[in-house]
Amino acid sequence: MRELINEVFARRFGNELLAALDDAASLNAAGPLAFTTDAFVVKPLFFPGGDIGKLAVCGTVNDLAVMGATPKWLSASFIIAEGLDEEVLTRVVMSMAAAADEAHVLVACGDTKVVAAGDADELFVTTSGIGVYEDGKPARAPLAAGDKVIINGPVGAHGLAVLVAREALKLEAPLVSDCAPLGSLCAAIKRAAPGVKFMRDATRGGLAAVLNEAVPPNLNIVIDEKEMPVDEAVAAAAEILGLDPLTIANEGKVVAVVPAAEASAAVDAMRAHPLGRRAAIIGEVVAGAGRVLMKTAAAGTRVVNMPVADQLPRIC
Amino acid sequence: MRHLSEYRDRRLVEKLASAISGIAPADRVVTLMEVCGTHTMAIARFGLKQLLPASVRLISGPGCPVCVTPKEYVDRAVALARRPDVVVATFGDMMRVPGSEGDLATARAEGADVHVVYSPLEAVEAAAAAPDKKIVFLAVGFETTAPATATALRVARSRGLNNFYLLVAHKLIPPALGALVEDGSAGLDGFLLPAHVSAVIGTAVYEFLPRRYNIPCVIAGFEPVDIMAGIYMLLRQIRAGAARVENEYARVVRAGGNVAAQRLLAEVYAVTDTAWRGLGPIPGSGLVLREEFAPWDAARALPVDVPATRPDAGCICGAVLTGTKSPADCPQFGVRCTPRAPLGPCMVSSEGTCAAAYVYAYE
Repeated sequence: MRELINEVFARRFGNELLAALDDAASLNAAGPLAFTTDAFVVKPLFFPGGDIGKLAVCGTVNDLAVMGATPKWLSASFIIAEGLDEEVLTRVVMSMAAAADEAHVLVACGDTKVVAAGDADELFVTTSGIGVYEDGKPARAPLAAGDKVIINGPVGAHGLAVLVAREALKLEAPLVSDCAPLGSLCAAIKRAAPGVKFMRDATRGGLAAVLNEAVPPNLNIVIDEKEMPVDEAVAAAAEILGLDPLTIANEGKVVAVVPAAEASAAVDAMRAHPLGRRAAIIGEVVAGAGRVLMKTAAAGTRVVNMPVADQLPRIC
Repeated sequence: MRHLSEYRDRRLVEKLASAISGIAPADRVVTLMEVCGTHTMAIARFGLKQLLPASVRLISGPGCPVCVTPKEYVDRAVALARRPDVVVATFGDMMRVPGSEGDLATARAEGADVHVVYSPLEAVEAAAAAPDKKIVFLAVGFETTAPATATALRVARSRGLNNFYLLVAHKLIPPALGALVEDGSAGLDGFLLPAHVSAVIGTAVYEFLPRRYNIPCVIAGFEPVDIMAGIYMLLRQIRAGAARVENEYARVVRAGGNVAAQRLLAEVYAVTDTAWRGLGPIPGSGLVLREEFAPWDAARALPVDVPATRPDAGCICGAVLTGTKSPADCPQFGVRCTPRAPLGPCMVSSEGTCAAAYVYAYE
């Protein structure tokens, strides 16, 4: 086990916090902190556009970033099924190291447990993360009628990419996960739109879940299906599989609600960022009763409810 | 025109909506029934009912194959799944249809081997990969799906796979339409006929509806433009006092249908009388495997003890399927019956009328 830790983890994550290999990492932060955790059980471990390691880093980094915090430190704990190829583990860890570099975070501490082969499905990863509120508080404020809803790019890719990889579905469409760290994009949104009221990454449950979580009981959110970016490959695959792109998980998409006056500055700032080239205003907040509505491409309006069942298990 | 874009063109849909308002009757309400579950879902998903004038009432029919399958079938599937030597392979939306003692999803959680597949050929592959197990594919669906299961069976037979079985509950649409009109309670002025069923069976099979019952019929595709055009064509017939079978979906549906698919069906299946949830027994409305395929027929080859069927408590699915009640009329809708905890199949099937209302329109 010591070998595993030294060889694979300490070497690949390479930072002095971890290298101390003490019982805990000692951190220094002044001011209010954001703290989050997430477990990753995605199957298969590797899929187009990512893997469990990259997911584990980006997922937790993004939860901090959308709060308006600057992600700083992660912990990473691994539950490994006995017999897992060491090469697989190394690939995962290398991927995590690369993602951590890209996200400018340090993996400060970790843990490993090996369990009997049947007791865990290859590998489970849990990451916790700490971020610093540079402005002293979360980027959250009550929504108001007139606020605009913005997304940074097309939806539906991640869940489909994992599903297709897992089920080995013979779809020709190139489906690639959008897994990416959103720290610098969220920072750009905050700079361009300091009055940003809400940001959330559209993971499990997709855009539909985020909008339903965001809408307060005295307002409605109305989005326009025509403004919602969806790649043709995703739309086609979703159509064949009977899935709604609105409800499919993403791992590199942030939904932001900003005051109307700051909306175009926010979109411009996002489009200047590699992860926001196709940012678009997709809707707005209006007076209402806690509903999310969508003006469909065909003209009629329909309700967008909180997605009901777990459409796609083990996609993150 | 391209499937995902032009047939969903907003301006076209709005033009059709205007045209519909222009020829809709001023003095009475006409009731049009769309029969196919995919139509039900498409109409709900695109909010098309809002574009229709008050004098045009669009109701849903029994075109959800999972919904019209009697509970006894689910019970038999669950009993088969519980056999340790059986793997049940099924389309996803059968998983949570309530049986008398739980659904397939619960059976799986309790250790039964149940797999969701996207095609019956996957079940054939599963049989090839696991010779020590009996793979039972739940063959539910109308004329659109039946040729695929027939193909899967022929593939299994040609590969010498004796551990592949079908539990057949395929049903035929035209006899159900006749039963609905005979019943009369829905007061129908026209049928929006299913798209892909018609692609298989052609258009002539529906002629008895205008001829015997004077009911206008239009076969329509599933995109918003198709549906609105289909409704317009029905109203046009109604205004002219005409009754015939028209085909809006001519880009896919040919008058003779898909002859190869029809031959496949005739080779593998025989027509039988069968019971429909909500409509009761309808003569000549079901398919059963021909005698030579008996070794692959789960109903004949794999006996199981099936519990006595318990009726769905408070579920008015039957009335919803015949168009005599709508989901809004059901006191359980959204209260004690939700997609997470359904009382009956209409709320949990991907083509269920109640599911469509709940997911897309529930306020």
